[in-house]
Amino acid sequence: MEYGLDLEYSFNELLKGFGLSSEIAHIIWLPLPMLLVLVAAVVGVLVTVWLERKISAAAQQRIGPEYAGALGVLQPIADGLKLLVKEDIIPAKADGILFTAGPILVLVPVILSWLIVPFGQNLLISNVGIGIFLWIALSSIQPIGLLMSGYASNNKYSLLGGLRAAAQSISYEIPLALSVLAIVLMTNSLSTVDIVNQQSGAGILSWNIWRQPVGFIVFWICALAECERLPFDLPEAEEELVAGYQTEYAGMKFALFYLGSYINLILSALLVSILYLGGWGFPIPVELIAKFLNLPINAPFIQVFTASIGIVMTVLKAYLLVFIAILLRWTTPRVRIDQLLDLGWKFLLPISLANLLITAGLKLAFPQFFGG
Amino acid sequence: MSIALTTQIICFTVLSLVVIIGALGVVLLESIVYSAFLLGGVFMSVAGLYLLLNASFVAAAQVLVYVGAVNVLIIFAIMLVNKKEDLKPIQDIKSRRIISTSICLTLLSLLIRVDLTNVWSLSSPQNSVGEESTIRIGEHLFSDYLLPFELASVLLLMAMIGAIVLARRDVMNKDISTGLPVDQELIEKSSKPLLTNKS
Repeated sequence: MEYGLDLEYSFNELLKGFGLSSEIAHIIWLPLPMLLVLVAAVVGVLVTVWLERKISAAAQQRIGPEYAGALGVLQPIADGLKLLVKEDIIPAKADGILFTAGPILVLVPVILSWLIVPFGQNLLISNVGIGIFLWIALSSIQPIGLLMSGYASNNKYSLLGGLRAAAQSISYEIPLALSVLAIVLMTNSLSTVDIVNQQSGAGILSWNIWRQPVGFIVFWICALAECERLPFDLPEAEEELVAGYQTEYAGMKFALFYLGSYINLILSALLVSILYLGGWGFPIPVELIAKFLNLPINAPFIQVFTASIGIVMTVLKAYLLVFIAILLRWTTPRVRIDQLLDLGWKFLLPISLANLLITAGLKLAFPQFFGG
Repeated sequence: MSIALTTQIICFTVLSLVVIIGALGVVLLESIVYSAFLLGGVFMSVAGLYLLLNASFVAAAQVLVYVGAVNVLIIFAIMLVNKKEDLKPIQDIKSRRIISTSICLTLLSLLIRVDLTNVWSLSSPQNSVGEESTIRIGEHLFSDYLLPFELASVLLLMAMIGAIVLARRDVMNKDISTGLPVDQELIEKSSKPLLTNKS
């Protein structure tokens, strides 16, 4: 089953051809995928910001940005540049060190989590054994950054926003982890590559969404809550808290929060597509297409074709979910804090526990369908 | 010396320094908030040390449990109990400090002695499990370590019930030491209707 492009191997072979040792070739290779993924994440944010502006405009019967570039595609870049050149203000009564460290602590774990996002069999930074568990662990660091910036701002709205963010994040992490656990139970592995490969048997029919419909919905709700998207954006509820924990922030520090929340949204969408929608898999298995065209699966043309279709499918599925998230943001009202906690603890937690139990039972009863 | 080994030594030095200096900061800093945040840093660096030891599952569990749950709850509690209170100066603080320092130094010397006398080298260096460790931990938790595992869960359940009893207003509405009714208003009250009937 081990097929697909292995860029690292070819790159190392190329450098060895120039007479470099394999160790040095490895060191030259290391930063390349990291930079590529970082650039991809930032470009993804720009696209998402543009989509958000356009879709919100459509939802409110406005036109949206239209002067910066065709259809306003350059608007997010203009926004970013504006934030870059704005004055960096630290309020006089704020705690300078914590005020600066907060946004960094929010952004870094989110970017680190891109380590495990696969765009193809070998198209990921590192296929670490603990895979999806790394993401769950890293996403639990974020509330510390939010609490830190909420406290350091020396502003009651910021503090309330930070506390709400932490409470929300802790409550929704548990059903999130439980629904991931059900997937892991079916895969027998924590690695994201194995999770996608497990769904690649029969194209769209073998995607996890058919076997885990409850888990899919629970995971999506929890992912939205973790991203603080609108039905659950209590930490920054603008009518009550000005802007929550980001009230006192301006310039680049605010941009870090902004970037962090959008990268997190894209990351969540990517992970939903990896866990439940077959990741890089095409709705019809590529092996079938290759057989139909009478081409061997190892032909260079088929390999490049598979890899590019994998990237396109991953991004397409992720942006479909981002589109749903944006539509939800501009069409649903915000829940109250007691409704939010009720939903998390009294509804999602029991449901995800039951889902885990039923998955384990089904795995014992029908090992051929639910992973042996 | 290979590049991998050099990287390992640099990482180990940095992580150990962060652990030691951070832990000293947790104990010695006046501000409780700084101590709490530094504690998070120490937990993170310990997770880094686990990573260096090829125990990636333990490292991720350390981050999830200690940083994501314990430390967040500590900070949360500090910020919820936002009482401005002048602490009374403690009597003969100097002798107390001397006693606690000497106890700590004794413990340290004991640890150093253990460190020097123990044989640390493993019998077979090829015995590391690496990525397999997740499976091995699971096997052990459900076979020979089942009883301690279940006991820990009972302990957590007891702590949870205790916390619920303490938090319920109808059970504990008086201060235990003074007997006065306790102000138990939440920071965020349940929403009341904004517009009341004028009639």
